[in-house]
Amino acid sequence: MPSDRGAPEARSVNRPAGKGRIKARFAALKAEGRGALIPFLEAYDPDPKTSMDILRGMPGAGADLIEIGVPFSDPMADGPTIQLAGQRGLKAGATVAGALAMVRDFRGEDDATPVILMGYLNPILSYGAERFCTDAAASGVDGLIVVDMPPEEAEVLAPHCAREGLDIIRLIAPTSDAARLPVVLEASSGFVYYVAIAGITGTRSADPAALAAAIPPIRAKTALPIAIGFGIRTPAQAAHAAGVADGVVVASALIDTLAASLDEQGRARPDSVRRVLDQVRGLADAVRGARA
Amino acid sequence: MTLPNTLKSGPDASGKFGGFGGRYVAETLMPLILEVEAAYAAAKADPAFDAEWRRLLKHYVGRPSPLWFAERITAKCGGAKVYFKRDELNHTGAHKINAVLGQILLAKRMGKRRIIAETGAGQHGVATATACALFDLPCTVFMGATDVARQQPNVFRMKLLGAEVVAVESGAATLKDAMNEALRHWVANVEDTYYCIGTVAGPHPYPAMVRDFQSIIGEELRWQMMEAEGRLPDLLVAAIGGGSNAMGLFFPFLDDPDVQMHGVEAGGYGVETPNGHAASLSGGRPGVLHGNRTYLLQDEHGQILEGHSISAGLDYPGVGPEHSFLHEIGRVKYVNATDQEALDAFQLCSRLEGIIPALEPAHALAHVLRIAPTLSPETIIVMNMCGRGDKDIFAVAKHLGVEL
Repeated sequence: MPSDRGAPEARSVNRPAGKGRIKARFAALKAEGRGALIPFLEAYDPDPKTSMDILRGMPGAGADLIEIGVPFSDPMADGPTIQLAGQRGLKAGATVAGALAMVRDFRGEDDATPVILMGYLNPILSYGAERFCTDAAASGVDGLIVVDMPPEEAEVLAPHCAREGLDIIRLIAPTSDAARLPVVLEASSGFVYYVAIAGITGTRSADPAALAAAIPPIRAKTALPIAIGFGIRTPAQAAHAAGVADGVVVASALIDTLAASLDEQGRARPDSVRRVLDQVRGLADAVRGARA
Repeated sequence: MTLPNTLKSGPDASGKFGGFGGRYVAETLMPLILEVEAAYAAAKADPAFDAEWRRLLKHYVGRPSPLWFAERITAKCGGAKVYFKRDELNHTGAHKINAVLGQILLAKRMGKRRIIAETGAGQHGVATATACALFDLPCTVFMGATDVARQQPNVFRMKLLGAEVVAVESGAATLKDAMNEALRHWVANVEDTYYCIGTVAGPHPYPAMVRDFQSIIGEELRWQMMEAEGRLPDLLVAAIGGGSNAMGLFFPFLDDPDVQMHGVEAGGYGVETPNGHAASLSGGRPGVLHGNRTYLLQDEHGQILEGHSISAGLDYPGVGPEHSFLHEIGRVKYVNATDQEALDAFQLCSRLEGIIPALEPAHALAHVLRIAPTLSPETIIVMNMCGRGDKDIFAVAKHLGVEL
């Protein structure tokens, strides 16, 4: 049964190659002897200015790479926290074009921190796959996580990504077996995103022992850096994950902080941005101490 | 190799019907759907699996469902002869049970110990809860909170049958959100859980698998019509939400060029009303949702719209990918009927035939009532009466201003 799991299609996919910010950043961190902190924010959550302020403040708070969620009405891999963030973003007028504009503005002051867009395929198709890749690259986006685009369905985007130097970052799950792993890795670039739990974002916490055991088999099959995400909430968890892998993504825990800071009407309060960035700082301190 | 002169060979190895279908799911789900695909391929080749499914259809569901010559509707129209394929007489009152039993047998074969399902109006949820009671499997049905509120009788039925009903509050709290939530739950409970999808949508292999099981409808019709009229029908008509009853009726006839087919989408307030209908093919455009590429109701930015229909079983923003394919190649003509036309047909059918139809086939009947008068008396139309209307009497009473 596993022998023909989608491999023929996967081979036909053009393997994209990033233009270098992601590679350079992981290489630099490796030289420093530590893993990367990759915080997440949802575009336009709860309004364009607040999310832009959080984005701008992240590198100074210790973000090594940044993942920006592009809201979609039907985020099937996300738990309640990111679903609600997406709904707030959509209500505030988030679009693919709006998310690209955020990155463009960010690049005006930061040309080194890699930015990854995470989203679902339909808004990208609606924008136009080729035009999206051209505009994303021109805006300073470095990589894409398109949740519902497995290697088998990547032809619509992958050739354009390759041409524009956008990395396609793929998820590996605890359910990815020995037959599946090479199919996914072959179609990945930039880094590999290991999903720490069998489930959706922000619902469970990762088991440290299971994590430590999960990474070496992937490491044996790829030279790409490995970041761990889903279920990483605390500085201690982040430090551990960044220690066993090459980076750690923290998303729902930061959005929970932002959501808790909003007023009754769902609007940002004066300290909303600071509270999120303080949490990023705490995570960064822990990650930086992990291998020191 | 597939024969070039057949429309029945789809989907291809990647789950595509032309450019539609596929497996647009998160990597966390890929191993699961590949496992279902392999298990279904093995089951399909196993005569014992088929025999057990057919035994259940005959003795538990009550198949074959009758083919009824709707003489009074025919007289009223004064044109083509109108037949009903009576799938509303199935156990649980709709066609859904055909594919549910097939999938529950598959789940058992795969060693799964729990079943989850999504439901809109509740018919698929009731069918799944029924099969789970029969096979002693725990069952969880995800249903949008909005639908839970407006479909209380079916919620109670599912609970009586021993199922757990989860009211989904996320998104717009309707069918599409119930499907999102079922997919999320599935990812988190891979080991022991089987996801029983109710229509010909979702990632490959679901559209093909549900179609295969529902094709019992068209297969029976073939020999029943030969018995009744000595020839094949001229026109098949079925309602389209996700499109499972229509695929089941149409599929066995796709290679019969003289058999025309009309799929009837939910026109709601009229397809010209923005977001006021659920006609994905007439009023939507291709995109990706719930694991497949198909026609979708969506805004200019690719965000999915809710759609509207008087029928909770039709207000789904997508449509099965094989319908998108049949639409683009022109093999099936897709039309629509409004809420009001469906309500009128609902009442007319009740009085003329003594059959209270579900609101879903009432849409199909509305189309039949429009075209039958324009066709000759030699023309034979078969409409799939895919569900009975008991579940809808409250909604219809409300629309008619009657308090129950």
